[in-house]
Amino acid sequence: MEADAAKLIGAGLAALPLAGAAIGLGLIFSAFLSGAFRNPSASAQNQPTMLLAFALTEFTGLLGFVIAMLLIYTQ
Amino acid sequence: MMDLRVAGPLEQFEIVPIVPLHFGSFDISFTNSSLWMVIGTGAIILFFAMATRRASLIPGRLQGMAEVMYEFIADLVRDTIGSDGRKFFPYVFTLFLWILIANLFGLLPTFPGARHELHTFTTTSHLIVTLALAMLTILIVIVYGFMKNGLKFFKLFVPSGVPVWLLPLIAVIEIVSFLSRPISLSVRLFANMFAGHIILKLFAGFIISLFGAGGAFALLGIFPFLGTIAVTMLEFLVAALQAYVFAVLTCIYLSDAAHAADH
Repeated sequence: MEADAAKLIGAGLAALPLAGAAIGLGLIFSAFLSGAFRNPSASAQNQPTMLLAFALTEFTGLLGFVIAMLLIYTQ
Repeated sequence: MMDLRVAGPLEQFEIVPIVPLHFGSFDISFTNSSLWMVIGTGAIILFFAMATRRASLIPGRLQGMAEVMYEFIADLVRDTIGSDGRKFFPYVFTLFLWILIANLFGLLPTFPGARHELHTFTTTSHLIVTLALAMLTILIVIVYGFMKNGLKFFKLFVPSGVPVWLLPLIAVIEIVSFLSRPISLSVRLFANMFAGHIILKLFAGFIISLFGAGGAFALLGIFPFLGTIAVTMLEFLVAALQAYVFAVLTCIYLSDAAHAADH
């Protein structure tokens, strides 16, 4: 197989982390929402923690994106 | 027919020298990256100079904004590090503001027809910038950890309450996780800014290509345009959130260094 073709396939495979990030984000928001609905008075003080977890989880998906970009655009 | 050209998504990250300078074999040119660092730092200094110029007990609008940011980080430092944290407040506050302004200024639109050196540039979208910030943080953690705890700083790698037969494994894991901190800290900020700006420019490129195709395709250009607006809003959230995340993680690492001998 040519190196260029392998690179493009690798870049496509690097989209897979998005699946993990999506599952993780869904878990975070579902957990936060179910907690917030059970105890609405405690939801405001847990919001920064939820956003922190959101940013940390989103990062795994972005890492895949960066790998794809590096594979496509670098020699 | 309009002459529409579209740059690739990676051109925005190109570093262009404005004032070429060479020191020995080092290239220390004043680049567009340096220019935007200076603009960001200048904007922060200007803002706080304006906000505190006529400081009063009942704050005005500008002073109110400055106080909200000050208290936000002061609370964060106090809650995370504890009473030892006061001396780290200036560092964490500077770090937070600098990253926040660098991220937000990167979202400014470029003035149409500006020269390439003056295009809007996101300084935090370069790994070397974020890595320098992360290394500084970890260096402070290590130096302060040894100053405060002496050799007991190594207890950071040996948590108490772990069975003896598990200790070698845990210690290795803890050391690897400590060493990977500067990498994860810097790559997180870099990847968010890099990916966000690429997505923005990709969507913008779709608009231009569809518009250039003419006819019914020009109307379809509205969809990537709406997409660009949505991604821009997300990017504002991400810009603020990443500055916050960097500050929080810095505080957590400093707290580890401050309390290494306690557990």
